[in-house]
Amino acid sequence: MKSIVRPALTLLLLLTVITGVIYPLVATGLAQLVFPQQANGSLIERDGKPVGSVRIGQSFTDPKYFWGRPSVTSPQPDNGINSGGSNLGPSNPALTDAVKQRIAALRAADPGNTAPVPVDLVTASGSGLDPEISPAAAQYQIARVARVRGLSEAQVAALVARATKGRQLGVLGEPRVNVLQLNLALDASQTHGT
Amino acid sequence: MTTNDILQVGLYLVVLLLLVKPLGNYMALVFAEAPNRVTRFGGRIERVLYRLCGIRADEEMGWKRYALAMLLFNVLGVLVVYALQRVQQWLPLNPQHFGAVSPDSAMNTAISFVTNTNWQGYAGESTMSYLTQMTGLAVQNFLSAATGIAVLVAVVRGFSRRSAVGIGNFWVDLTRSTLYVLLPLSLLIAMLLVSQGVVQNFKPYVDVPVLQTSTYAQPVTDAAGNPVKDAAGNPETKPAQLTTQTLPMGPAASQVAIKMLGTNGGGFFNANSAHPYENPTPFSNFIEMLAIFLIPGALCVMFGRMVGDRRQGWAILATMLLIFIPLTIGLVAAEQAGNPALHGLAVDAHASALQAGGNMEGKETRFGIAASSLFAAITTAASCGAVNAMHDSLTPLGGLIPMWLIQLGEVIFGGVGSGLYGMLAFAVVGVFIAGLMVGRTPEYLGKKIEAHEMKMASLAVLLPCALVVIGTAVAVMLPAGVAGIANPGAHGFSEILYAVSSASNNNGSAFGGLSANTPFWNVLLGICMFLARFPLAIAMLAMAGSLAAKRHVPESAGTLPTHTPLFITLLASVVIVVGALTFLPALALGPIAEFLMSGH
Repeated sequence: MKSIVRPALTLLLLLTVITGVIYPLVATGLAQLVFPQQANGSLIERDGKPVGSVRIGQSFTDPKYFWGRPSVTSPQPDNGINSGGSNLGPSNPALTDAVKQRIAALRAADPGNTAPVPVDLVTASGSGLDPEISPAAAQYQIARVARVRGLSEAQVAALVARATKGRQLGVLGEPRVNVLQLNLALDASQTHGT
Repeated sequence: MTTNDILQVGLYLVVLLLLVKPLGNYMALVFAEAPNRVTRFGGRIERVLYRLCGIRADEEMGWKRYALAMLLFNVLGVLVVYALQRVQQWLPLNPQHFGAVSPDSAMNTAISFVTNTNWQGYAGESTMSYLTQMTGLAVQNFLSAATGIAVLVAVVRGFSRRSAVGIGNFWVDLTRSTLYVLLPLSLLIAMLLVSQGVVQNFKPYVDVPVLQTSTYAQPVTDAAGNPVKDAAGNPETKPAQLTTQTLPMGPAASQVAIKMLGTNGGGFFNANSAHPYENPTPFSNFIEMLAIFLIPGALCVMFGRMVGDRRQGWAILATMLLIFIPLTIGLVAAEQAGNPALHGLAVDAHASALQAGGNMEGKETRFGIAASSLFAAITTAASCGAVNAMHDSLTPLGGLIPMWLIQLGEVIFGGVGSGLYGMLAFAVVGVFIAGLMVGRTPEYLGKKIEAHEMKMASLAVLLPCALVVIGTAVAVMLPAGVAGIANPGAHGFSEILYAVSSASNNNGSAFGGLSANTPFWNVLLGICMFLARFPLAIAMLAMAGSLAAKRHVPESAGTLPTHTPLFITLLASVVIVVGALTFLPALALGPIAEFLMSGH
């Protein structure tokens, strides 16, 4: 038995040092050297100060901004330290009610727009931090944002196009629009004198 | 299904098959008995480790000694991970000043990570210090995967050796799995993930101002930090101004890499691979999906080489794909069809060039339907359990498929090592059934399958089934079990069935609405995870011990060839029949009932 205890204890200790200390330190060193921007959270800076992350969604409810995916993190939406989805089952009446409320909120902010709402704009994301919406969800909101801001739809559509990414390598994932980048660009387009 | 759905699934399978052959050949060299260019290269580091540990690398272990070493090493691992969580508040690398984890949760998590399950009752970003994540959880991501590979290699030696006493040396197999396979691949994958935006640092969390401030209902807490409740028992809230957002940080990429590669699945953050800092782009998602099947696939190739007939390995891999591909297509189609409950509303869920459409509840925009559904199938076919979409919100049939893939015993690729030794147990059962049909003593890979082997294989096949069925029955009969349910009706039962299936097959994913961080659930699932992992592994080692001692039986006209389409079909049928007969009644009460009631 003793001939097994010593190897078990020491090998556990040594492999812990190798995989639990040396490995993450080497990975951190390499990451900070080669990809510092990504490794530190892909922060967006304005005037040298971080104003958010490209990767992490923020909550928008003002009609002048594009709204992102609904987030059900608690206690506030898009809570960076409490990620997660609704976990509502497909047959749960609470899910249908939530979707109805979101449709009503979108329509209240944009009276007269009776088009069906793109599904990603009324269903909660898995992380509660989804930074992106589908191009369909962006198009749905262009007229509203343009009207509230007093911009032409073409101007807003151009900003949407700039914040849109296609499928990666042409195949992977889905086309998507980064909501925070788009809203920052909208604000910037109006403060810098249009 | 859309054309792009098919393209994404197809591309994944092609790239996977291109990668498993070279890695499998490499791993056959790593575990070869004769020194070769691979083991000579790392031999110096190995020898230093062995000297420090008092290990004689050339010592051959019988199956009992091998099993004892494996069990002792893993039980020690449980104790270390438990202790780390209980004292993390006094240790360094805890910038958010997290306190000690509760005893039942810490024990559950310790068993969970050591058994390669990575069921998570806690939320990483608000519970675990960087030190606990790195030196406790991530270390077990490596060591539980290495244990799985070691046990598999020993089982394969049972078939490949003739009239032998030993089945290898656990310490050497464990060390080589870690140093030659898991570490270099993890570092490579970690860097690929960082390039896409997975965080890797030791900084405290970052506060950023939000672009649009708003108000929200903040729960009121008393001086001790407990929530205050009003007369009706509801938590009291006060309006609060939302002006900043806290971004979580930490050494995530290094842990996420091994979490996928070792089919562990435990997320650095609560949302797991749905979290944009854990899986930021479709490409990182593709890498993570490849990492899950990479080693389980390569082990089939390694197996073929080690038993001296590569066709045997490809036959097993083909069996896995034969079950995996149709179920994946079913899952994608179910999610793309969307949630019928929303059909009457003013919602556009049609797939087009501008949106994925379908059932987007619980899914991320960047992954849409194809990349989320494929991930769900892969993570449950393998015993990974990482998620990039919330399985609780899958459509009834879309949720049935991951649950059933888990219940099939985690042998469709399965866990690293454990998937293939589970499948070999099914193969032994398969040749036995074929032998019964023609009245011959069954053989597999030149070894006679006799009563002892059949007992061990049956144990390995039936133990997880029994745990699922009994554990679910216990949970639904006790108030403490039912108390965790989040969704009403049949779906609530599905949450319980999924949780017990996940723990009893060492998967680790969940229908996450279930409130499982309670003493009842932590204890029940802790027991299931432990029993599913170690008794099963020991049964397979016992089988390996008796097989290794046997003589080689030359092939004859009466031998059932085990590399042919006939055998592949037979093996797939055995897996499906056992899984269907055992679980259809339970599935009928959960996802099937929900499907029938959802207005189709």
